[in-house]
Amino acid sequence: MKPATSNSAESPLSRRAGQGPSLPCVAGPRPAKQGVRAIADRWPLAFAASALVCATVRAADPTSVYRQMLADDNPAELAVARGQELWQTPRGPKHAALTACDLGQGPGVLAGAFAALPRYFADTGSVMDAESRLVHCMVTIQGFSRPELAATPFSELGEPQTDLEVLVAYVAAQSRGATIRVPQGVPQERDSYARGRDLFYRRAGPYDFSCATCHGADGLRIRLQQLANLTRSEGARSAFGHWPAYRVSQGAVRTMQWRLSDCVRQQRWPQLIFGSQAAIDLSTYLGVLAGGGTMDAPSLRR
Amino acid sequence: MRRRCAGKGPPVRALAPVALMMLALAGGATAEREESGQGGLARVIASSFRARGQADLDRLRQTPMQLACSVARPDALPADAQQRIRRDALQTVRFPPDGRWLGEWQRGEKIAQSGTGLQYSDPPDAPRGGNCYGCHRLSGTEVAFGTIGPSLYRYRQRNASDADAMRRTWIRIWNTHAFNACSMMPRFGDAGILTPEQIRDVMALLFDPASPVNR
Repeated sequence: MKPATSNSAESPLSRRAGQGPSLPCVAGPRPAKQGVRAIADRWPLAFAASALVCATVRAADPTSVYRQMLADDNPAELAVARGQELWQTPRGPKHAALTACDLGQGPGVLAGAFAALPRYFADTGSVMDAESRLVHCMVTIQGFSRPELAATPFSELGEPQTDLEVLVAYVAAQSRGATIRVPQGVPQERDSYARGRDLFYRRAGPYDFSCATCHGADGLRIRLQQLANLTRSEGARSAFGHWPAYRVSQGAVRTMQWRLSDCVRQQRWPQLIFGSQAAIDLSTYLGVLAGGGTMDAPSLRR
Repeated sequence: MRRRCAGKGPPVRALAPVALMMLALAGGATAEREESGQGGLARVIASSFRARGQADLDRLRQTPMQLACSVARPDALPADAQQRIRRDALQTVRFPPDGRWLGEWQRGEKIAQSGTGLQYSDPPDAPRGGNCYGCHRLSGTEVAFGTIGPSLYRYRQRNASDADAMRRTWIRIWNTHAFNACSMMPRFGDAGILTPEQIRDVMALLFDPASPVNR
């Protein structure tokens, strides 16, 4: 990757960096979350240059250097902060906060909840992932319209993040460091896994593609894009543990359902419906396969 | 029954989605496999996708090949099942009526570079690409190539360039399952992804001595 090598310490950018606030490299302490935006606003060039200088001092493989460089000050933290605000603020026709929302660990319990989703919920009689459960809470607790929420779950390019996206970012962040444990205790959860696995290998459409076409072996690429092997725990842990993610090429936080839906688009299939059982089942398959891995989301991706 | 996915609409497209689902459930092997997960995969699929742009719901119906190959280890399919897939695939191949195998490699290179086509986000009328570089190395100078398929660099030098070699390559592009049952490569001719004219151009990219693949 070019950014790791193309700027030396003599570049104007890095001289400018010397005049600004000192910015830690990856190995150093992370700045306070609220501080990221302030630094970026006040010292935009220093902010950019810091990442370049940091990158030059490491000699790891280019992809991990790139990822570390990006991960240092993840813009997803802005979404997390906004999500926290939405979680705590009374909103919607019922003027209620989401603090009574049960994401599987009890009302209002967030720690580790994301790492154990999708799961079966007795109150709806269905297996739900974080995104569909959040919609459920926004509808039942706050009185928002389900069709409206489901119609625009994801922000368009260049538009502000949707409420759902920042809430997902916030909820996921409360599972950072938690071990992935997507439950398989009840038949509905086991059915969800079995369907997700069948879907993963299901070939259809004019290109005959399944998920496994691209994600079925180690070390494959499309063009230069490396592909995770999602038939094995290692690849599944990396994928499941890093979504939602701030997607640099999109300039926005994207959720797991967005990720799945965009894969399905490239499979030349019809559109995967937001909140659909197929989307949840694919997540269950990945989450179960990723069991024992560690959540580190929202992450930063290309 | 052979079904053309991307070509001009087969009559089945006119059927209502409910009828399609009933057809899927009626097919013995399909129904047995899909219902084996108890949760009813067919029902879930029927409720989880919506038609958008050029991607209609008919695309979710599987051909016999797609159904047979939807397993973790297609290489472990019984020999007779693989044989049937190869035989059925060979029967789909239509050769150029004028016997002319090669078009222009310059146009072939453009087709190989382009990944446009058949996504619901693609303009339906735009020329389709073959996205060959997505999975294969071809030209020696294009470094952004994928690795899902084998390298095709110096294709002419590594294969004979007589009529038989060209016939075999044409078959591989038209419906590669004729040689390699459950291959991951799309059926560019059989599924109507590329036109016969475009396939001629891709053939030239592979066989023309002046093509960057062979220089």
